[in-house]
This record gives sequence, C-alpha cells and structure tokens, in this order.
Amino acid sequence: MLKYALIPLLPLSAFVFNGLLGRWLKDKAHWPPIIAVLTSFVLAVSTLFDVIGGHTVDGVLYSWITSGLFDVHIGIKVDQLTAVMLIVVTTVSSLVHIYSVGYMHGDKGYARFFAYLGLFTFSMLMLVMADNFLQLYVFWEAVGLCSYFLIGFWYEKKSASDAAKKAFVVNRVGDFGFGLGVMLIFVTFGSLNYDTVFTSIAAHAGQTVSILGSSYDLYTVIALLLFTGAVGKSAQLPLHVWLPDAMEGPTPVSALIHAATMVTAGIFMVARCHPIFNQSQTALDVVTWTGGITAIFAATIALTQYDIKRVVAYSTISQLGYMFVGCGVGAFSAGIFHLMTHAFFKGLLFLGSGSVIHALSGEQDMRNMGGLKNKIPWTYWTFMAASVSISGIPPFAGFFSKDEILWKAYSSNGPGHTVYYLLAIAAFLTAFYSFRLIFMTFYGECRASHEVAHHVHESPKVMLVPLFVLATLAVIAGFVGVPHVLHGSNGFESFMSGVFGEGNAATEGAAEGASGGLGEMTMMIVSVLIGVSGIALAWFMYIIRPDLPGKVAKLSFAVHDLLSKKYYVDEIYEATIINPIKVSSTHFFWRFVDVGIIDGFVNAVGSIVDAMSRVLRRLQSGYYHHYAFGMAFGVFVMVGIFLFAR
Amino acid sequence: MVPLSWYIGLSAVVFCLGMVGVLTRRNIIIIFLSIELMLNAVNISLVAFSHFLNSMRGQVFVFFIMAVAAAEAAIGLAIIISLNRNKETLNTAEINLLKW
Repeated sequence: MLKYALIPLLPLSAFVFNGLLGRWLKDKAHWPPIIAVLTSFVLAVSTLFDVIGGHTVDGVLYSWITSGLFDVHIGIKVDQLTAVMLIVVTTVSSLVHIYSVGYMHGDKGYARFFAYLGLFTFSMLMLVMADNFLQLYVFWEAVGLCSYFLIGFWYEKKSASDAAKKAFVVNRVGDFGFGLGVMLIFVTFGSLNYDTVFTSIAAHAGQTVSILGSSYDLYTVIALLLFTGAVGKSAQLPLHVWLPDAMEGPTPVSALIHAATMVTAGIFMVARCHPIFNQSQTALDVVTWTGGITAIFAATIALTQYDIKRVVAYSTISQLGYMFVGCGVGAFSAGIFHLMTHAFFKGLLFLGSGSVIHALSGEQDMRNMGGLKNKIPWTYWTFMAASVSISGIPPFAGFFSKDEILWKAYSSNGPGHTVYYLLAIAAFLTAFYSFRLIFMTFYGECRASHEVAHHVHESPKVMLVPLFVLATLAVIAGFVGVPHVLHGSNGFESFMSGVFGEGNAATEGAAEGASGGLGEMTMMIVSVLIGVSGIALAWFMYIIRPDLPGKVAKLSFAVHDLLSKKYYVDEIYEATIINPIKVSSTHFFWRFVDVGIIDGFVNAVGSIVDAMSRVLRRLQSGYYHHYAFGMAFGVFVMVGIFLFAR
Repeated sequence: MVPLSWYIGLSAVVFCLGMVGVLTRRNIIIIFLSIELMLNAVNISLVAFSHFLNSMRGQVFVFFIMAVAAAEAAIGLAIIISLNRNKETLNTAEINLLKW
C-alpha cells in the first residue's frame, strides 16, 4: 500500500518543497521534482508488473468525511486501467520535467514552474487512482486548477491570463454537469464508492428520474451528466474553445497537460464509468456522435491554422474525438489504447514544436519557418516519427490504436458505423495537416527573418533526450496491441479485459465471424491508403506546387475563411452568451439590482436616520444650563408623577 | 429633641438652593459650589435618617459621598483651570464646545 501511496505523494512533496524553498534553489530548482517524479515512474512500472501478475488493489488511505450515510474516504484503486494511466502520466511527466530544464532555463519563474508541475502530477495521479466519485471529482478540479496556473504561467501577458481564465470558466461549465452527475449517483446508490455503485448497477436498471415534469431513464441522465464533465475537460464540441487558447502556456505544459494527461481525463472517466455508460445506449450514441463530429470539426480547422502549436492543439481535439468514438461504440480498451499512444506521439509533437520554437527564438508562425530540416536534424527526425505515427502508417504506434478504433466503429451497429466515415475523412485530414506542418516547417526555403535564421540552433541535449524517448515510444508503443488479424496477440485488449470484461472480445468475435476476418484486413489497408494519400496530397501541395495552397484558398475563400476563423465558434459564443451576460450584468444586475435595489435599500436606511438626526440634534445646544434644566425638569416630572398621578 | 421633619426640611431647602444655583448662575465656580451644596443637603438627610433609624448605614453612605465629592472637586477644579486657560472665560453662556 505504501508503494502505491508514494506514487502520488512524491510529486506532492516536490511541490511543497519547491513551493516553499524553490526560490532559494534558483537554477537548481528542477532537481527535487525530477528525482521525485522519476521515482514515481519507477514505482509505477513496478505497479504495472504487479497488475500484470494479477495483483490489483483497492484500499483506503484514510477516512475523509463521515456524516450519516455520506461516507467518503481517500482511497487507492489500482487495476489494469489505473496501471496504464499511471505509466502514461509518470512517463510523460518525467520527460516533460527533464525537457523543461532546457526549455524554461533562465525563466524567472523557474522554481514556481516546477512546483506547479509537481502539483499537477500529484493531482493527476490521485485522479486516476481514485476509488470513489468524490475523490475523482476533487482531483478533476485540482488538475483544472493546475492547468489554470500553468496556462497563465506568464501572467504578465494579458493573452495568457485571459486564456487561463477562459480555460477555467469553460471547464466549470462542464464540471457543473459532472457535479450533478455525482450527486445523482449518491442519491441513487447511497454511496460514492466505485465498487458499491458498479456492483449494484443492475438493481436500479429501468429506474427513471423526473426533470421538469418529464421522466428520463436514470442511467442515461447520469451518464450524460458525467459526459458533460468529460466534454469540458477533454475539449469536445461545444466546449472545445479553451484548448487552442491554452497554447499561451509554456510548451512543456501543452505537452503534459493539454495533450497527454489532463485532457484525456475525460476519456479515462468515461472508461472508468463504463458500467454506467453500458446501461444506456442513448448515452453511448451521444458519446459516439460527439467524438465523431469533434474529430472532423477540429481536423478541418487544423488545415488552415498557421500557429504551429495551434495546429497541434486542434489535432489533439480531433484525436480526443477518436478516443470518445472508441468508448462510444463500447470499445473502451481501444479508446484507452489510443489514449496511451496519443500521449506519446502528441507529447512528442508538442515537445518537438517547443524545440522548433526554441530554435527560432520564440517564433510560432509557420509562415516564418521553413528549411529547418538540416539545421535541427534531431528535432526533425523525432517530429517525423510522431507525424507518421499520428497519420496511421504501420508499424508506428498510431496506426494500431487508430485502426483499432476505426475498425470497432465500422463493425459496430448503430451510429458507430456512420461515424466511421467521419473518422475516415478526419484521418485523411490528419495526415494532410500533420505533413503540411512538417513541410511548412522543415522543408522549402527559410522564411524566417535574417536575424532569427542566423541564430537557428539545435536544442540542448536535455531537451533532445525526452524527444528520443518519446519518439521511440511513438514508434513501438503500438506493438502491445497488435490485432489478431495481423497474427498479433492484442495483448493490450486482453490485459484490459480485467476491467472492461470480455464483452469487447465477444463483439469482435461476432464481427470477425461475420466478415471472416477479411473485413478487418480490408479496412486496415483502406486506412493506410487514407493516411498515405493525405501525406501525398500535402507533399504535392506544399513541396511540388507550393503555389497551390494559396490558389485553393482563393478559390474556396468562403470555406477557407470559415475554417481559418474556426467556424466562428468564439464569435458565436461572444455574441450569444458572453455579450448578453455582460450587457445584462452591467445594465440589469449592476446598475439596477445592485446599485438601485441593494445599495438603494442600505442608503435609504442611512438617509432616514440622517434626516431624523438633523431634527433631533437641535437639542444639543452645547450650553450646560440647557442640559441642567433638562435634568431638573425631568426630576420634577418624575417626582410629580410619583406624588400626584398614582 | 429636634424632630426628623426639621432635618428633612433643612435638607430640602439646602438642596433647592443648590439646584437653583446650578440652574441660574453662569459662573462655573459658583455652579460648582452649588453642586457641593446639593451633595451636602443629601448628606444631612442621610445622617438624620441614620440617627432616627438607629442604623450606621446612612453615615457610611455619607463618608462615601464625601470621598467622591473630594475626588470630584479635585478633577472638577482641574477641568475648570484648563478650561479657563483655553477659553479665558468662566461664563458658561460662552462655552458650547459640545454643540452639534
């Protein structure tokens, strides 16, 4: 138990240490957090082997709240799902810590940065190890808080502090639904413990809840409320707007929080609550559609963006959509598999972008890049590995996980089959924009200003080593889940069956039986062709005919405009939500309710007292004999009453 | 032997003299003396009652009043001196510092 408890507690102690003493460590402030998080990583690996050996844990650290029926403890649950998440979080976190030594070198908030990273790692680990809904919810908020701190890390920049606020507020919208879901779970089951809830699922099947007079299926409501939280945290439509803006944060933060770990908490939560989601086909369909539409929506936006980090951010939103489709069609293990490989290659893409930005002295606009291939070769090759992986080219990791989702969606009944076509188009777009990024950044002529171009330099080793490690993982991580049709063992899925049950294997068996295994093979070839053609088109448009993109943009200017303005979602929110709130707040709630009614009431009390005092104070002449007369007169009156009036 | 009502009458007369002094005079010293007069009028009645009731309580009370009056005289005179230094007058009609 101590071992498992230490995994989150080490980063916490690093946070406390750095938060209190970091400023005196100056440029050595990275040592305590790095040592702590690396130790956590080693413990996480050992935990993984425990779990592979069949040893899962569900224990209580201490009792937190006990009040009547309401009994919540801080617990630790280690099963297959947690083990995978622990590995993902500690791996990426360790690498990001190391990378930040180079990237954040010389920043005046150096120690503060590592303190926040420690706090984030702690919260994320506690989130994945939670064994009840309240603990999940608390650390769900805690990672959001850390995300706020780190997006707004350079808080002197207005855009950064605005982005941090936006991320926090948009997340709150989702978390409100999540909170309601948790409450509904408590009301229904009388407990927030995963095990208690999940084992009594069947007992409450078919119950309904009444909302505004009409009644709905209990599990649909719970699942959709929980999913609202996931939509916020994992930046799905329509709450995706915060993630692109979150790129204002330092790049290592984007890699850790906004690609690999925190944004995947939504997928983790849906997978963790799969017994609830499995009870409601409606909820699963909503998850599928949301994921599918988000995947293609974000991919189309990524086509027209020029900021290197924003392209990767939209790519993240799109890939998160894939994971939700995986969960939505019931293939939870495929979703988690893609979560893992995505953490590696997307973390790598972000760290690689960071390396490019570092080389170009802070330039983020791809129009001012180009020709960097030979100047920063290591960054180029690792970036290439990640892009090939995300494009779904075998045998890179992204191929296996993405193809697993595509196949599960295609072979499923219901909306998954339709959503497959969205995903297939999104896969084409993914390959296209990923290589558009590569070609614009690393090929062609250098479009950077002379001064910047002169200073281009490869990043220091401390930044390159994490890139190598992630590149290796982005290449090989897929081999844990080679599907049966390729004569693999699909070890990942059978490992995950400990959590998700054998249901997945059964559907797969049915689907394979129906098409004799040929279908999956065909689909695989199709998706590889999709990826290759996307890359080929990018090659044609950005290398062979570099004049084409401009012409296409001109020809389809309306579409291009729509995409480059991100479907005007921000503007729509501004007009339909933010402005009405601002206007009603200013003119109604502030000027009328607050100033008019509340202040008016308080001021009225004051002015009535004031007006009465103005009359009464005339009595206070200041002359002593007036007072003396008053006293004497009073005595006469009282004595008179005493003597005569009784 | 002098009956009790005479003492009460004396006390009432002295008290009224003191009170009229307090109400009508404008010189602060006189007012102060009038207040002492009122206190001592009360003392007379207390001593008288003490004697006629065969109880020492009234006389103890008188000692307290005298002690308080002595303290009051010390503080009161100090206030009058400092007032005189600041306002250069002892006429209460010219002193209205506590006006609103």
